[in-house]
Amino acid sequence: MKSRLKTGQKVQGAEIVCESLLRHGVSVIFGYPGGANIPIYDALYKYPELKHVLVRHEQGAAHAAEGYAWATGRPGVCFTTSGPGATNLVTGLADAMLDSIPMVCLTGQVPSKMLGTDAFQEADVLGVTLPVTKHNYLVTGAGDIAPSIYEAFHLATAGRPGPVVVDITKDAQANYAEFAEPEIMPEFNKKIKTDATADELDSLALLLNNAEKPLIIAGHGVLLSGDGKSLLKVAESQDIPVTLTQLGLSAIPHDHPLFMGMPGMHGAVSANRAPLEADVILALGMRFHDRVTGKVSAYAPQAKIIHIDIDPSELGKNVVPEIAIVGDVKTILNRLLPKLKKRKNPLWLDRFKLWKKEEEEKVINPELNADILKSAAVINLLSKETRGLATIVADVGQNQMYAAKYYCYRKYNSHFTSGGLGTMGFALPAGMGAKMADPDREVWIVIGDGGIQMTLSELATIAQEKLDIKIALLNNNYLGMVRQWQELFYKGNYSQVRLKNPDFQKLSEGFGIKSEKADNLNSAGQAIKNARDFKGPYLIEFVVAADENVFPMLPAGAGIDEMIISKADMK
Amino acid sequence: MHKNLQNFIIWAQNKPGVLFRILWLFRRKQLNIESVTAGHSEIPDITRITITVSNNGNKVKNMVHQLNKLVNVVKVEHLDTAMLVYREMALIKIALSEKEEKSQVLRIIEHFRGRVINMTNSVMVIEATGDENKIDAFYENIKNFNIVEFVRTGRAALLK
Repeated sequence: MKSRLKTGQKVQGAEIVCESLLRHGVSVIFGYPGGANIPIYDALYKYPELKHVLVRHEQGAAHAAEGYAWATGRPGVCFTTSGPGATNLVTGLADAMLDSIPMVCLTGQVPSKMLGTDAFQEADVLGVTLPVTKHNYLVTGAGDIAPSIYEAFHLATAGRPGPVVVDITKDAQANYAEFAEPEIMPEFNKKIKTDATADELDSLALLLNNAEKPLIIAGHGVLLSGDGKSLLKVAESQDIPVTLTQLGLSAIPHDHPLFMGMPGMHGAVSANRAPLEADVILALGMRFHDRVTGKVSAYAPQAKIIHIDIDPSELGKNVVPEIAIVGDVKTILNRLLPKLKKRKNPLWLDRFKLWKKEEEEKVINPELNADILKSAAVINLLSKETRGLATIVADVGQNQMYAAKYYCYRKYNSHFTSGGLGTMGFALPAGMGAKMADPDREVWIVIGDGGIQMTLSELATIAQEKLDIKIALLNNNYLGMVRQWQELFYKGNYSQVRLKNPDFQKLSEGFGIKSEKADNLNSAGQAIKNARDFKGPYLIEFVVAADENVFPMLPAGAGIDEMIISKADMK
Repeated sequence: MHKNLQNFIIWAQNKPGVLFRILWLFRRKQLNIESVTAGHSEIPDITRITITVSNNGNKVKNMVHQLNKLVNVVKVEHLDTAMLVYREMALIKIALSEKEEKSQVLRIIEHFRGRVINMTNSVMVIEATGDENKIDAFYENIKNFNIVEFVRTGRAALLK
C-alpha cells in the first residue's frame, strides 16, 4: 500500500482526501475543479501518484469512473466542485446505481457556515443524490474526512456494489486534522450473507438433478462475483444451456456450444423461447428486469425458478422463485458443483439448434448479407477482425443491441454498457475510463450518431490523454431505436427523430482525432484494419442503412410468447 | 378504515437525515404511510421508528429488504398488528360555552377513560389513548362540540 503521511501527522483535510485515496490503491481520478474543491486540487499537486484526468463535463467524469470500475472491479473515483459540478454527476450516479457499479464521488461543498443559505454554487447534494446512491455523506470537519472516505470505499463494493457520494465542505478541506487510518467497517454495518446453507444447496441440487429442461439465466452478478468459470463448470456438468442478460454478456465465451444468447426485448429467439419450455430456471445474479421477462404473467409458465442474488431485496421482487438464495454466485456455484450429477441432455439442446437456425435464416443472414451497409454487419466484421477479444463499450439504442448480439465475446468481462438506466452518451466517457484503467485492453466504443453528441466534449479528453481508443460510430442520421418504434407501432409518424448531423470527419479533425468514413463492407473492413494499425484515438464513421430495425423484438407490455422475429411477422 | 395496517418497527442511528432517508424510501416504493412515531429507544443513540402502512402485499414484504439496505438502519421488523400491543394518543382542545356542555364532555371522557390535562373557564384540553378505533370513536362522540384543535400521534408499538 502506498502512503505519504504518518499516523498522527497534522495536515489539511484536502491532503487527508488524497492520502485516503492513495491508501485505497486509486490510480486514476476523473474530475473537474471549481471554487468549492480547489483545496483538494491544491493537495493533489503533492500526490503525483494520483493520476487526474480533466474531463470536459462532470457527467463524463461519472461515466468514465463507471468504465474504470467495469474494467477493474474497483470503485471509480470522481472529483467535482459544489452546485452544478455535483448535480452534473447525477445521471452517472443513477446509471451506476441501477447497474451495480462501485463508485466513490467526492464533491466540494460550500463552507459549513454557509450551508442552507443558498450560497453561490450551493446545491443540496445530499438531498439530490440520495435516491441515486447506496449512501452519501456530508462532511463538515477535517477529522471526519478519512472515516467517511474509508466507509465510502467499503460500502461501494460491499455486497451489491453501487455509488457513494462524500460531500465535503470547503472549510473541512482547508482545516487541519491528524491523519489516522480509521476502522474500515461502518459502525453498524450489517453482515452480508455470501454463501448458501447446506439445506439450500441440497434443495438446489435436487431440483437441478431432476430437471428435464433446465436453463441458466446469468446476469451482472456473475461478472461482479469475479469469475465465469464456476458458471461454465455447472453448465457443462449437466449440459445446461446458458443465456446471459445484457449486463451478463461476456461472462462465458459466446462461441461456447452452451451459450444461447441474450434474453429479452431484443433477445435471441432461443433465449426467449427457452423460458417458455424450461422446467427449471437457474437465475444467477440477475433481477428479472422488465426488459428480460416481458409481461411477467406470460413468463416461464412451467418453470420452477431458483433465484440466487447477493441482494435480498431482488428475490421475489419481480417473479416468485421456488428457491431463493441470498449469496455470492461464484461461492455458491463452486459448492454446488460436487452435488450435481454429470449428464448429457441432447434432446433439450436440439430445441436450441432449431431456434438458432430459425433466427439465422430469418434475421441474421439477411442482416449480414444485405446490399447496403448494416450495423449488424459492421459489428460482425469488428468481431472477426478482433477475434472477439476486444472490449466493447456500447452506448444505448440500436447500436447497443447490435453490439450485444453480433459481437462474439471471447474475453471475460469485455462488454460494458448502460443497461438499467439506458444513458445515451455513456459509451464515449465510459470507454475512456476503461482504457485508462486497463491500457492493455483493446477498447472499441460502439455508439450512434445521437448518443455521441450527448457527451461529445469528451473527445477532447481522449485527445488530451492520447488514449489508444477506437470509436465505431454507427451513423444512420436517425435516433434509430425511437424511429424503429415509430415505424412499427406509431404508424410511421417519424416525430423528432431525424438528425441533421455535423460533418464527423471535420469534427474529429477539430479535436485532433484521426478519422475515416466507410459506407460499404469493403471499406468498413479496411477502416477497422486501419484503426487497429494506428496507435492513438481513431474514429470510424460507418454510414449505415437509415431504416434498419433490430429484430427479434417484444412490443412493450407483450409476453415473450409474442416475440416478433421479423417485420414480415407483424400483422 | 384501520384494517390491514402493516407495522414496521425500525431501529436506526440517531443522526441527521436518517428519518428522511427512511420516509423517502416509502415514497420511492409507492407505499402510503398511515402513521409514523419516532423517538429514543432503550439503546443509546438508537431511534425507534414505528411506521404503519396499508397492506399492499408484495411491496410491503419487499420493503423490509429495502429498509435493511439503508446504511443507518440497524434492524427492521415487519409485524402483523396481532403480534403487537400498541397505543395512539390524541389531544383535543374544546371551547366550552355552557356548563351543561362541560358535564356532557366529562361524561364522554369518563367513558373513554380520557383525562383532562388543562382547563380554563372557556377551554378544556383532553388526552385520550388507545388504538385507532378507540380514538376514532372518541372523536365521533366529541366532534359536535366546539373543537378548537385536534392532534393524534401514530402508533407506539411493542411486541406482545
